[in-house]
Amino acid sequence: MATAEIDQDGHAHDHSDHHDHPAFLAHHFDSPEQQYDSGKLGMWLFLVTEILFFSGLFCAYAIYRSLRPEVYAFCSQFLNTELGAINTGVLLFSSLTMAWAVRAAQLEQHKVTVGMIAATISCAAIFLGVKAVEYSHKWDMGLLPAGMYSYDPVAEHHEGLSHYLIAISIVPSIVLIALIGLFIYGKAAGKQFLASCAAPLTVAAACYFVGVGLGVFLESRAAAAGHDSHAEGSALAAIGHADGLPPSKILEGPLDHATEDPPTIGIGTGDEAVGIMAADATNTGIRSELDALRAQEEMASGAFVDEYDGVDPFYDRPIENVNSNSLAGVFFSIYYCMTGLHAIHIIAGIGVLAWLLVRAVRQDFCSQYFGPVDYVGLYWHIVDLIWIYLFPLLYLIG
Amino acid sequence: MASHGDHADGEFAHPMPIWMLLFVFVALTFLTILTVFQASFSLGNWEIWLSMIIASIKATLVMAFFMHLAFDKPFNVIMFLSSFLFVTLFVGFLLMDTNAYDDKIIVKPVAETLQ
Amino acid sequence: MLGAKDVAFPRLNLCSFYLWCIGAIFFIFALCTTGLDTGWTFYTPYSTTTSTSVIAATTGVFILGFSSIFTGLNFIVTVNTMRPPGMTWFKMPLFLWAIYSTAVIQVLATPVLGITLLLLICERLMHIGIFDPAYNGDPVAFQHFFWFYSHPAVYIMILPAFGIISELMSVHSHKSIFGYRFIALSSIAIALLSFLVWGHHMFTSGMSEITTIIFSALTFTVSVPSAIKVFNWLATMYKGSISLTTPMCYALSFMFLFTIGGLTGLFLGTLTTDLHLHDTYFVVSHFHYVMMGGTLVAFLGGVFHWWPKMTGKMFNETWGRVSALVVFIGFNLTFLPQFVLGSRGMPRRYATYDPEFTGLHRMSTVGAFVLGLGLVIALFVLLYSLYRGKKAPRNPWGGATLEWRCASPPPYYNFERPPVVGNPYYFENIEYDAKSDDYVFTEPERKIVPPEPAPQPEHVEAEKHN
Repeated sequence: MATAEIDQDGHAHDHSDHHDHPAFLAHHFDSPEQQYDSGKLGMWLFLVTEILFFSGLFCAYAIYRSLRPEVYAFCSQFLNTELGAINTGVLLFSSLTMAWAVRAAQLEQHKVTVGMIAATISCAAIFLGVKAVEYSHKWDMGLLPAGMYSYDPVAEHHEGLSHYLIAISIVPSIVLIALIGLFIYGKAAGKQFLASCAAPLTVAAACYFVGVGLGVFLESRAAAAGHDSHAEGSALAAIGHADGLPPSKILEGPLDHATEDPPTIGIGTGDEAVGIMAADATNTGIRSELDALRAQEEMASGAFVDEYDGVDPFYDRPIENVNSNSLAGVFFSIYYCMTGLHAIHIIAGIGVLAWLLVRAVRQDFCSQYFGPVDYVGLYWHIVDLIWIYLFPLLYLIG
Repeated sequence: MASHGDHADGEFAHPMPIWMLLFVFVALTFLTILTVFQASFSLGNWEIWLSMIIASIKATLVMAFFMHLAFDKPFNVIMFLSSFLFVTLFVGFLLMDTNAYDDKIIVKPVAETLQ
Repeated sequence: MLGAKDVAFPRLNLCSFYLWCIGAIFFIFALCTTGLDTGWTFYTPYSTTTSTSVIAATTGVFILGFSSIFTGLNFIVTVNTMRPPGMTWFKMPLFLWAIYSTAVIQVLATPVLGITLLLLICERLMHIGIFDPAYNGDPVAFQHFFWFYSHPAVYIMILPAFGIISELMSVHSHKSIFGYRFIALSSIAIALLSFLVWGHHMFTSGMSEITTIIFSALTFTVSVPSAIKVFNWLATMYKGSISLTTPMCYALSFMFLFTIGGLTGLFLGTLTTDLHLHDTYFVVSHFHYVMMGGTLVAFLGGVFHWWPKMTGKMFNETWGRVSALVVFIGFNLTFLPQFVLGSRGMPRRYATYDPEFTGLHRMSTVGAFVLGLGLVIALFVLLYSLYRGKKAPRNPWGGATLEWRCASPPPYYNFERPPVVGNPYYFENIEYDAKSDDYVFTEPERKIVPPEPAPQPEHVEAEKHN
């Protein structure tokens, strides 16, 4: 009901209003509680989208698992349960520290808040370190997504420190060195705030290498102890080899065959005009139609079938060789998509937590304004929640 | 909303007691060990259900206590849980459909039809 | 309308606008480099093998998806926590109910599209074999993933239109909306049901019989809330005092077109007829009757309705009505023949056609030009008003919702104190005042709550001075 005259006053009034608005309260909210509730609802909605985002991957997992349980049985041997369990424990612990950080922020225990956030980041770094070892180990063995899958059970596995692991660790190393530099600079230049931000972050970055060390140790122990289990795997794969077709054969199928040589003019159509039209290379429609006709004819003559010893690779479903890129490869596709997306969320979480740490060092939070800690906490718990499901689904069930 | 005005300056933070946080963490760790232990047995079809039930208990613990859902506004709870409903809907329909048409994909081998 | 100062997260709001721009840049990049020949559906396996820039386009859509999610999230939170005192859920304008249900769909469905497109990008880059049949992937699963978002997405488009029509019907009939709760709840019902019907896009793509039957049955349930809305709008007009303003002309045209669009949807939801009509002009026509005849016409009506409020200028009523009429005629001329074409077997997405279809095709083409003319007239009327339009009064149509109580255009922060909220569809105290060519509220709604007397409209004060 603001009239034009009152508008001017109203405008001015709004600005003068700010003096009873605390600095942390955004201008369009009436009370800290309203701000907190809005933020919290927004965060919950975001978490809903996260769950639905991951649901696509869980769906892909469920479909392939229900259709091809044998692939999962074969592939789960490559996943190191010990490392998975340790990562689960680390994430659970980080959830605890995160919840504790929220509590500390609510009670205005600033030191505890900083410490707990730092502990959370450190756990995240350990998690990533262990994950880096797991990934690099699999890449060494050629356990890659379907398109690049090249696992050969007979071939010698790479020993020693993986090149992939070194490559992955470049970025954390740079971060660690930069943080140490920042810390020293902060101390030297007397910038207390900078130093007290950099110190916990340095510890966290160093934790990545703790994770790597832990991973390498456990992985090598598993490799030493579990040679027989590996041998069993090779045997399984070898049997598959004998029974089915080599994986490359599956991919070259009739598709390849039909496009091998250019269509001969007029074959099987009896229509001269069509033949002449097909001679024109730009007339792709006619040419592909001729291709199809030729393939059909070939199929009818039986030549097509004979070539593959009575097994039609395109339609005959039971291909027993699990160790192929279209079976085990797809499992690893799903594995990498799920854990990769989860790792991306962890990395994003570390970024947000680092921001939170800086604000906690600045003592921004109080009992009226602890929203950001709580929201990041919720995000962090959802990341943990997803891992709680990923761990048994990928590592345990086989 | 009316409820905001009532205690605008009041406390709305509900800190969790430390013993509760620690207890939840211990329970979660125990359940993790349990699920790893359970996986060492071959239970066949039951295995997936058992480990999923354990995972769901863990998830419930995290949601209820770490995420304060047990003390949150009912709207947030309903909203968050309804997201699981939609996931179930999505995954359920797809599983049903893919399993139903899966055997249709197998066309009779050409070799048999010719002989 | 809501009476809030701002949305709950203004920065997020700006962020989603920028994301929208970035997404659009990706898309334009895709179009300008190699083009995109997969259609908007990106069906595998074609989209994993074609040489056009699928990755750029899908990245663009992925970013646009974030923009959409953030906006939806923002609206939900705003409606939940920022309502002014006195505005209960069932005192909200129906447009907000519609926006709310739209936001629910955006938040629930868009992430699934996000992961689908992400997997498609991975499929192209690394051949992950989830959707690609060359690696044992399942293209039908891709269609499921895709339509889980994309069917609700069409409701994202139509639900705001429903909300606009609810406002227009009531305001321009000067009669309280009939069945407020039913309209409000049917919006939510449509939003939720929209998640149960995605399979009807895939009747012919190799789903199992049992699934097609279930989806066909579920599809019909959506028609129930839609029909509730249409009947309620009709009942609102009944015995109302209808002013045939430009927005109302568009609203009436919406009623006609949307009803045809909705009813033809039943043919497509039926399994047997869909097998015949799938991918024909019948589908094209049905879609356009709902999306263009529904959404676009309703949006035009909404633009004309809120134009005075947004810009503070009145447009030329006569030419506005002419534009509504020309759009209506042109639209029907374009798409009615396509129903006939489709049912006779004219497939969609073809550049050529058999000679017996010539007549109807020509009709359709002429109609398209008439439709275009109508839209140009509408655009011209609006642009002209910006330069030559009369200054708009506070409440040119006699609306009772909150936005008509502040000046046109609204000032910064809209209201200098939280407004007093009454029934958004109570028209008894609104009367036409010929002197200022405006509708005025004849009495302040509440006398106890504000400590000082509610400020009187300008002209009343002017009279007092006299």
